[in-house]
Amino acid sequence: MGYQLNFAPVWRDFDLLLSGLALGLVMAIFSVLVVGNLIGLAAAFAMTSRSTALRRIASAYVTIIRNLPIFFLMLVTFFVLPQQFGIRIDKVQAFVGTLSIYAGAYLTEVYRGALLALPKGLREAGLAIGLTEGQTRLWVILPVMLRNALPALSNNFISLFKDTSVAAAIAVPELTFYARQINNNTFRVIEVWSVCSLMYVAVCYLIAAGLRVVERRLAIPR
Amino acid sequence: MLDFTRFFVEIYPARWAILEGVGMTLVISFLSIVLGTILGIGVALSLVYGGRVQRFAVRAFLEYVRGTPVFVLILACYYLLSQLVQLTPFQAGLIALTVFCSSHVGENLRGALLALPRGQTEAAKAIGLTFRQTFVYVLAPQALRQALPAWINTASELVKASTLLSVIGVVELMLTTRQIIARNFMSLEFYCLAGIIYFLISFSIERLGRRVERRIALPS
Repeated sequence: MGYQLNFAPVWRDFDLLLSGLALGLVMAIFSVLVVGNLIGLAAAFAMTSRSTALRRIASAYVTIIRNLPIFFLMLVTFFVLPQQFGIRIDKVQAFVGTLSIYAGAYLTEVYRGALLALPKGLREAGLAIGLTEGQTRLWVILPVMLRNALPALSNNFISLFKDTSVAAAIAVPELTFYARQINNNTFRVIEVWSVCSLMYVAVCYLIAAGLRVVERRLAIPR
Repeated sequence: MLDFTRFFVEIYPARWAILEGVGMTLVISFLSIVLGTILGIGVALSLVYGGRVQRFAVRAFLEYVRGTPVFVLILACYYLLSQLVQLTPFQAGLIALTVFCSSHVGENLRGALLALPRGQTEAAKAIGLTFRQTFVYVLAPQALRQALPAWINTASELVKASTLLSVIGVVELMLTTRQIIARNFMSLEFYCLAGIIYFLISFSIERLGRRVERRIALPS
């Protein structure tokens, strides 16, 4: 097995890999922390609301999305929407849309858990000082709940960031896509995949460490 | 939009292909869960009871696999191993999913083992059990119960991850679906069918898990 390690082809295209990594991060941040978060919060409040219809809709959304593979959802968004409904979307938009809806379902579970863990007295206290139901939610419940949800949120964020690699299958130019391209062009199999996976590992570590700092900063002092 | 008459005309010649696809999805998920669990038990045991070097090596392996997306694992296994030894996509995919599963099971079981109160080991020692007996009769039954919910989760995760194997050419449900759609362009109908099947598999794993959990829960 005369395999000689030669990292030169990988370093030559390292900026491509870095740009892919950046795209993956941007997609993850936008669709998880922005859109997914909003969906998650809305659905979590819907799930704990008094209206049966809202509860049903939110829990159907969560159950369906959580039991479907992201790869499947992505293919449906990318192929079915344009073909059957004439909605023309770009592959990056298709993936960001998919990841947002997918992330929303996971974050709903996170926030629902955090909401249920809150003591009842919190809402009552808000109402007692004369805030309306909506104000209590926004100014009393939400800040406490978000801080409690942070550890679970960061776990989910990391795992959803790793899911951005799936986008390579519809040719979104992110890290895995470029790694595969370099692999196919140069056959430096060991080099390219070890570099690619180490980049993912490193970024996951950095995200975890960064979020842990945020967590400690925002932790509710006891 | 949905055209049911044509759907039934088109699904008839594809019926065996779809069934084979479902079968392949189930077989590869099942095999990787079984093999991954065995490997994962080894991982957990060496993390908890191993020597310093073993612990370090296994921890490094675990952190590496857990930080890498499954899709990268699958592609890496496929390209890497097919260059070193001749492997079919099925074998490469099975290895990737097994490694992925073992990392999840290992971490989960390690947590469960460490969460057991020390008194359990001490009590077992006090009544004269050897280490092996302690593990088999005292620690394992409790740790396995503790680890069960997360294990079920891993199982349904694996079914979902198996869709990615379609990219390296394992003809499971996803690839079958794409092949059928490539022939008749009925993307909405056949993706819906695939979605329903995946949902049913994953949902029933979850439900089954909840039932088993209740059945074997530690009486408190």
